[in-house]
Amino acid sequence: MLTIKNLTASVDGKEILKGIDLTVRAGEVHAIMGPNGSGKSTLAHILSGRDGYEVTGGEIVYKGQDLLSLETEVRAQAGIFLAMQYPVELPGVNNMTFLRESMNAIRRSRGEDEIDAVSFMKQVRKKAAQVKLDPKLLKRSVNAGFSGGEKKRNEILQMAMLEPYLAILDETDSGLDIDALRTVADGVNLLRSPERSMIVVTHYQRLLEYIEPDRVHVLVGGRIIRSGGKELALELEARGYSWLVEEAAA
Amino acid sequence: MGLPNAEMDDVVGKEYAQGFVTDIESDTLPPGLDEDVIRAISERKCEPSWMLERRLSAYRHWLTMQEPNWSSVKHPSIDFQAISYYSSPKQRPELDSLDQVDPELLSTYEKLGIPIDEQKALAGVAVDAVFDSVSVATTFRHTLAEAGVIFCSMSEAIREYPELIKQYLGSVVPYKDNYFAALNSAVFSDGTFVFVPKGVTCPMELSTYFRINEAKTGQFERTLIVAEERSQVSYLEGCTAPMRDENQLHAAVVELVALEDARIKYSTVQNWYPGDAKGRGGIYNFVTKRGDCRGDRSHISWTQVETGSAVTWKYPSCILRGRDSVGEFYSVAVTKGHQQADTGTKMIHIGENSRSTIVSKGISAMRGSNAYRGLVRVAAKAENARNHTQCDSLLIGDRCAAHTFPYIEVKNPTAQVEHEATTSKVSDDQLFYCRQRGLSEEDAVSMIINGFCKEVFNELPMEFAVEAQKLLAVSLEGAVG
Repeated sequence: MLTIKNLTASVDGKEILKGIDLTVRAGEVHAIMGPNGSGKSTLAHILSGRDGYEVTGGEIVYKGQDLLSLETEVRAQAGIFLAMQYPVELPGVNNMTFLRESMNAIRRSRGEDEIDAVSFMKQVRKKAAQVKLDPKLLKRSVNAGFSGGEKKRNEILQMAMLEPYLAILDETDSGLDIDALRTVADGVNLLRSPERSMIVVTHYQRLLEYIEPDRVHVLVGGRIIRSGGKELALELEARGYSWLVEEAAA
Repeated sequence: MGLPNAEMDDVVGKEYAQGFVTDIESDTLPPGLDEDVIRAISERKCEPSWMLERRLSAYRHWLTMQEPNWSSVKHPSIDFQAISYYSSPKQRPELDSLDQVDPELLSTYEKLGIPIDEQKALAGVAVDAVFDSVSVATTFRHTLAEAGVIFCSMSEAIREYPELIKQYLGSVVPYKDNYFAALNSAVFSDGTFVFVPKGVTCPMELSTYFRINEAKTGQFERTLIVAEERSQVSYLEGCTAPMRDENQLHAAVVELVALEDARIKYSTVQNWYPGDAKGRGGIYNFVTKRGDCRGDRSHISWTQVETGSAVTWKYPSCILRGRDSVGEFYSVAVTKGHQQADTGTKMIHIGENSRSTIVSKGISAMRGSNAYRGLVRVAAKAENARNHTQCDSLLIGDRCAAHTFPYIEVKNPTAQVEHEATTSKVSDDQLFYCRQRGLSEEDAVSMIINGFCKEVFNELPMEFAVEAQKLLAVSLEGAVG
């Protein structure tokens, strides 16, 4: 699905990623953990094609294509989805319209027919119920005036509707209370499938209690300094990051 | 991350490259303005003497006035003696075929989906015999005549319906009203007259489209719409296509009169030449538009989409004289490049229970400057008057400007006046968000902007709303990114 080789990147001349190697196979869920400022969000943004990052070396291959050469929307159309840490408000743009336009843009790019209004409505209602998003919010403007938890649920709803091949969740757990966290995690778990891979970026181990990863990577100072199974997350929870940082330095 | 300004300008600044060809036929008065010029205009239009007297009074009053300087627009002062005040309406088309028209302009027409013959008419190209809008107009006029509706040019109305013109022309906007209204009253070239008699609902949307191939109305247009008791009319002015025009100064006057239970809906789409990338040569649009809700329960609604002109100075207003009368103003004004717009409305509440709604949406990009200026006045007698104003500004880039100047004067304690204002920006975050969901940047911008303008577009007649959306998408093509 995704292979990252020796990726280096900088922002405003400052090197943030210093050689990342990562392979994610179809169906796998990878967690990327690390302290603040370690480059986790940078990695998520570079994968999704956000401006403002300079890739200085290395390569990313996604489903056999050179990902870095693709425009942001082309990546989205190819099945990459980023659930954002701070979902953006779009005043005046109806939430459902946005969702449908977005689905149709992706469908058109694949040469498929646009979704008809009836099936769209059915799907959106069903999936909104799954993520416990108040159906009233479907009729409002995208994220405008939504609470933090509602925004995150809306992200997961979009993900469920767009059915990406590679879903990247950037600190989706931040700012969520335990109930919301559980709902969001349930939503994510429903989407796990052998064709779909996920990268879950998180600061805390908490989310991983609900979304069980296949692999856990620890990103510190722009490098992955340790990879392991889900037990690594538990160890981090118990011991923090510092011992790993020291070990890596030694 | 912000985009470098140069790059942003590059994409927002879809030039409306034009190259105006000025080839004026012989029957044009030399530049300059004095009483002889006014006499000459009146004579050429075969006007009755009372009309000439009115023009002269307006001119004499204009001479005593000063050009206003209170608005937030800046432009070089206008040399009124350098303008020619009369051109023969039968100008020869200046170009022989569309091949001679700027390809950029044609591509804009293409994007707007304008039929080829209309493209020709708009670009000033000789039109084929096939496209005979005069006969089309005649057909429409026949249908209208059966309903008793008068729809004709102002010149014709002055000759054919002098009593109506004497009664209503200048009754809403007297020549003393303001500097540009006085000038217009003195030198107006032509315009439109609509009269809808008692109890009649006009059988069709009236549109200046029908007059596309008729005489050019010129720079000082005069429009008068009278709706008698219980009648209804919807009038559409303008065109989404950028209009070729040699006249830099436009000072139109529009008057609406609604008697008891009458309803007038007036929609405008204005897309005149905004000037080149440096802001040179664009049209100055100084318009006085006012509606008089004279009768009880009368209703006047203004909807405007303004994307053109270098300078726009325009405040379509309603005088809510009748009891339970209703005034509405819905506006989208776009400024980019060096365009400036100072626009808004006045709602003057005089009648009891009169109500007004103002929804103003300003969009500024590049160095565009957009000002909303609105007055809500509730007179002492206007018991239970209500107003709701919503005034939103959207900024694209970081060198544009939006201003809001609400004036509220309330002299009756039972009045309810509400004013809401917001300012927001099309941010890189929003665009990234949309693109990450698979939408192209252009679709994203147009979605955000249409979302912003939705309440106003909803007020436009259906086909116009679709055109207006397209127009916005084209004028702000690649606006950010």
